[in-house]
Amino acid sequence: MENFEPTIIGFLCNWCSYAGADLAGVSRLQYPPNLRVVRVMCSGRVDPTFVFKAFREGADGVLIAGCHPGDCHYTDGNYNTFKRFPLLLKVLEQFGVERERVRLEWISAAEGTVFAGVVKEFTETIRRLGPYRKELPKGGAKIG
Amino acid sequence: MVKLKLAVYWAASCGGCDVAVLDVHEKILDIAAVADIVLWPVATDHKYSDVEKMAPGSIDVCLFNGAVRNSENEHMARMLREKSRVLVAFGSCAVSGGIPALANFKEREDILNRVYQETPSTVNPEGVKPVPESAVPEGTLHLPEFFGFVHSLDQVVEVDYYMPGCPPTAERIWEVVQAIVSGNLPPRGATVGALEKSLCDQCPREKHDKKIKRFYRTHEIIPDPDRCLLEQGLLCLGPVTRGGCGAQCISANMPCRGCYGPLPGVIEQGAKYISSIGAIIDARTQEEVEEILAGIVDPAGTFYRFGMATALLKGANR
Repeated sequence: MENFEPTIIGFLCNWCSYAGADLAGVSRLQYPPNLRVVRVMCSGRVDPTFVFKAFREGADGVLIAGCHPGDCHYTDGNYNTFKRFPLLLKVLEQFGVERERVRLEWISAAEGTVFAGVVKEFTETIRRLGPYRKELPKGGAKIG
Repeated sequence: MVKLKLAVYWAASCGGCDVAVLDVHEKILDIAAVADIVLWPVATDHKYSDVEKMAPGSIDVCLFNGAVRNSENEHMARMLREKSRVLVAFGSCAVSGGIPALANFKEREDILNRVYQETPSTVNPEGVKPVPESAVPEGTLHLPEFFGFVHSLDQVVEVDYYMPGCPPTAERIWEVVQAIVSGNLPPRGATVGALEKSLCDQCPREKHDKKIKRFYRTHEIIPDPDRCLLEQGLLCLGPVTRGGCGAQCISANMPCRGCYGPLPGVIEQGAKYISSIGAIIDARTQEEVEEILAGIVDPAGTFYRFGMATALLKGANR
């Protein structure tokens, strides 16, 4: 657990949140380097499969960020994200993934400071929760 | 003409797949005319030792149904793989874990405790649980080892073809048998006996815009037999499930449970269904969304009813 550096995958929408992250960068805002950003055209493009796959391949947390409600470049893509997110959380919870490991945020292109704050806070949350894979499968769990 | 050598085996399954093979009715005689059955525990009296004696590759086709849940299943999967030229993962359990793989939500010990201690009808004051070896005056008794994870067949041995369904329908089985007999088989690794399009494509019901205000469980309403079941608030997995089943459940006014598995190119049937549901909920506020989603009692168990062995996340075995 000591020196645990979380790996966080961030799916940022092209039009708002990615630009917000860019602003945080050009504004020289300091935030933890634990977030690996994947740019998607819309937060609505984030298929729940992406989130499952991220955890499967070693992520400790997943951030999905999109335009504020009403600001979506595609009118209502982020509403789809918003409506499916609670169901995604519920399913993840049944699979044994803590709710705190997945986060949905609305970050506009002007909110570089919000972006930096979210990443800082989220990294701390995940650091506290520890690695997603706590232990290797027990005896008999894997064969072949 | 040399007769085909056919084996049908059941591992962790309910026996429904075997019955489905018998459901081809009188055509079973046609099958017997072109194929010699060398192993079929549910219908014939061949022993494991008969198969053991056979040369590798001497069985032409093995229809293997059931998931791999214990060491006996694994042993038979490996043996039949060695002896068979073509191994077909037959039915949802062999393809993706099926109903037995729902156990993957729990750990091995939780399952054994539940079954051998906690169920109200269990009387077991000494806390006896199955163990692989137990000593009795007559010698040592052996039981298969109960694994901590329910596997699909292809997680244990190489599989040539996948035939989904719980169970695969008799018509599809007959088509596949004919394809095998004529040697007209698709490339290795293909899914056979199912369509490339979703069940909705086959569904005869009327479909309109989907805007759902409330979800129902099947016992709560009697749905309109002509309208889309999903529109009526029943969790129908049609949009994310392969067609080919003949829409049997739909015709009986029951929603699709997803047994024909994900569409071609889709990794997770359940994940796709989360997206589908998200898109059709008629809600604007957090409260509305939560309220509507509260109507889905067991989302993971419903969306992954047949796919837990192959799900990206491994449940309790993460």
